[in-house]
Amino acid sequence: MPLIMGMSVLLGCQFIGELLVRALSIPVPGPVMGMVVLLIGLMIRGRVPSALRLAGEGLLRYLTLLFVPAGVGIMVHFGLIGADIWVLLVTLVVSTALTIAVTAKVLDGLARRRTGEEEA
Amino acid sequence: MSLASLDQLWVYLSGNPLVSLLATLIAFYLATHINRLLGRSPFAHPVLVAIALLIAFLLLTGIDYATYFEGAQFIHFLLGPATVALAIPLFDHRERVRRLLLPLLIACLSGIITAVSSTLGLALLLGAQKPVLLSLAPRSVTSPIAMGIAEQIGGIPSLAAALVLLTGSVGCALGPWILRMLRIDDPSVKGFTMGLAAHGFGTAHCFASMGAMAGAFAGLAMGLTGMLTAFILPLIVQLFGL
Repeated sequence: MPLIMGMSVLLGCQFIGELLVRALSIPVPGPVMGMVVLLIGLMIRGRVPSALRLAGEGLLRYLTLLFVPAGVGIMVHFGLIGADIWVLLVTLVVSTALTIAVTAKVLDGLARRRTGEEEA
Repeated sequence: MSLASLDQLWVYLSGNPLVSLLATLIAFYLATHINRLLGRSPFAHPVLVAIALLIAFLLLTGIDYATYFEGAQFIHFLLGPATVALAIPLFDHRERVRRLLLPLLIACLSGIITAVSSTLGLALLLGAQKPVLLSLAPRSVTSPIAMGIAEQIGGIPSLAAALVLLTGSVGCALGPWILRMLRIDDPSVKGFTMGLAAHGFGTAHCFASMGAMAGAFAGLAMGLTGMLTAFILPLIVQLFGL
């Protein structure tokens, strides 16, 4: 029964997350709030129950597969995307590259300084 | 069996969830193998190949997307519990997260501001249509949040979801290469960057090819970016006068 237990915990946290998001009208999807709920639960408990780890890590291993159904939905927007295809391509490539470079540089610099401080 | 009854069998099956579910799994299986044959090239990312195979399959068989999704939604649904499960690797690496909390927050804010303003600036400069522009703005955020933001600022939610996916694949293709050029080796920095710039795609990519630590930080970045962008983006859109 470990898989069933693990799935129940995950779905339960998602359910609580959905409730919180609706009740407090937070602009965040239910599952993200569910992640916060589970994290708090794990902090209180102090360790990850093996049943939960089995279900959770199983799902995370196939995370890429789970994006496929939504991705196929791009076929509905071929028209709009086609009309602006070059604008979109240039914007996506340049802006994503910039975002990656800026984030990595900022975090790498700050993290290095922080670990340096601790060693000193 | 006569040809006519085969035809009827297909009419029955093509509207059945079984076909879309089976097709999705087979497409993903084939895509993983194609990716391996091409030397794991990020341009032939299994998700992209699987999506291309499925679109070709749907166009050939004349099944429309709504019918396909009726079956495939069972796979799509698992995204919810999988997102919740991201708390597990985060918990495993809680010490490192706690130590880096402030740098992570600062990096997240700079990343979001870079992503949104460079996207809006470039797309404006190149003359994108306004609905496309506003759907493009939340592109680096995980799709459920991006759809909500797009709706709020006047974009098209489902187009936003499609652009989020394109961003994810561009990020997975460019990310490892840019990180290598910048000589970044720290798995937590690599993961956080991929999760911020390429949301769930980046996170999945990290779990698959950079290890659990990178995956955990990517998941953290994805959640944090989603929450913060929901608050910051409407302000930046106003600054651009849209």
